[in-house]
Amino acid sequence: MRERTRLLLLLGPAVALVGGLVLGALGLALLRSLRLLPLEEPGLSAYASVLASPGVLASLALSFWIATVSTLIAAGLALAAAMLLRQAFPGRRLVAVLVQLNLTIPHVVGAIGILYLISQSGSFARLAHAAGLIAAPGEFPALTHDPWAIGIILTYVWKEVPFITLILLAKLQTLGPDLGPVARSLGATRWQAFRFVLLPQLLPALAAGAALVFAFAFGAYEVPLVLGAHAPEALPLRAWRSFTDVDLAARPEAFAISILIAALGAGLLALHARLILPRRGRDAG
Amino acid sequence: MRAERLRLLAGLALALALVLPLLPLALWSLAHGWRFPDLLPQAWSLRAWGVASSAGVLGSLGLTLGIAAATTALAALVGLPAGRALGLHDFPGKRAVLLLLLVPAVLPGIALVLGLHDLFLRLGLTGSTHGVILAHLVPVLPYMVLVMASVFAGFDTRIEAQARSLGAGPVRCFLQVTLPAVLPGLLTGALFAFLVSWSQYLLTLAIGGGRVQTLPLVLYAYVAAGRNDVAGAIAVLYALPGILLLLGFIGRITGRDLGRVLRP
Repeated sequence: MRERTRLLLLLGPAVALVGGLVLGALGLALLRSLRLLPLEEPGLSAYASVLASPGVLASLALSFWIATVSTLIAAGLALAAAMLLRQAFPGRRLVAVLVQLNLTIPHVVGAIGILYLISQSGSFARLAHAAGLIAAPGEFPALTHDPWAIGIILTYVWKEVPFITLILLAKLQTLGPDLGPVARSLGATRWQAFRFVLLPQLLPALAAGAALVFAFAFGAYEVPLVLGAHAPEALPLRAWRSFTDVDLAARPEAFAISILIAALGAGLLALHARLILPRRGRDAG
Repeated sequence: MRAERLRLLAGLALALALVLPLLPLALWSLAHGWRFPDLLPQAWSLRAWGVASSAGVLGSLGLTLGIAAATTALAALVGLPAGRALGLHDFPGKRAVLLLLLVPAVLPGIALVLGLHDLFLRLGLTGSTHGVILAHLVPVLPYMVLVMASVFAGFDTRIEAQARSLGAGPVRCFLQVTLPAVLPGLLTGALFAFLVSWSQYLLTLAIGGGRVQTLPLVLYAYVAAGRNDVAGAIAVLYALPGILLLLGFIGRITGRDLGRVLRP
């Protein structure tokens, strides 16, 4: 009994704070999306109008595209980068430090850097001009504020490759002796040793990291703010615009969007928890 | 040694890709006019840095630092005991607590922000610095708890029992035995917790209601106004503290420490 009191004192403040804020925020969003607060005409009308709105559906599709493509490219490149950085080569330490430093740079800084690099009057366009490929900025392909969200995806890839790489390198450190040479001595090719020995051991960490990247790329605001097109706009921009609309009738719709995104997040949470939390034991609640 | 040369090339490409987006920011911050198609600015000047070191921008820098420092300190204070409970004990409901703590990391940011705004509006906490600090605790505190849980999972409580049996009181035991043992993990966690708060954008905009002008909000205002030179300078100013902090730490962060603090 004393033990229980002690645990309660240790955990209580943190759980009360996080629980109060997170569940309070989600609960209020749910009530407001159902028009229960303030009590108007309760029901699913906000959801119906959101799901029938071509603009919202286009934003939803765009954010799915951004998050999926960013996550796949970042995971693939990070796997390659981790394989590179576990081997010796001149300058490895410097590259490893650069990978870590990238973690500290805020996304909005990366987005602005990418903007000045690849916009139609950016550094790459100037290089293309110097090489005689284009005569005017408009002839450079639109890579920012474009329908395919290339600038946004590049920013997430730039930021998340180091993140997943470091997750994989940390995982590699805990794996113990490298079984690759054993597999090789038993006749496996380099590729087979990677594919059937190392990769399965790394996959849970890779997937857990990828789930976080997907959630972030789906829900972040500042990167599409700097680099995104006006129509369709990424879902976070759309939700925030409905939320701050002078027409207060748009608010339940904004809350409905946020609840739909939270439902997606719940799926990611289940996946992530399965990968990183210990299996449910007899004493777990 | 074809393989080694290939690795060197790949390493060079990776290093270049990591640095490339930062170069135009640094160049723009020193440019005095840089029209298309010139590869380098027509003239150089410190004009943008004059704006970046004005009282207004430096005030924002101080405000951002203060919010991140206060958030981190509060998160450490509340998160250390919670991390201890989760790292050292099994109890009914532990999995539910862990799930709750994962929510802010795994839920896309926009999913919580609107509800938080509504909640803070009802509590009268919008438009104030302490409201923004409390809001930043939503992503930062769970993060700190999970980092400390991982640190305490590798902590041997027998050294505490020894100290107590030798006559140390609970306070002395904590300060001289427990704290030094968990300090490396706590500092690494605090560094990255600081950076989580430091890089918040929408949460500050939503809860601060435009009245709490942290550095990223000021930075975007200059981007939107097309002042590439000032935006470049403020972007460098905004990225620098994190880079310097990590460089100061880099010898002390082990791969294990890094493994437990990673967040996108």
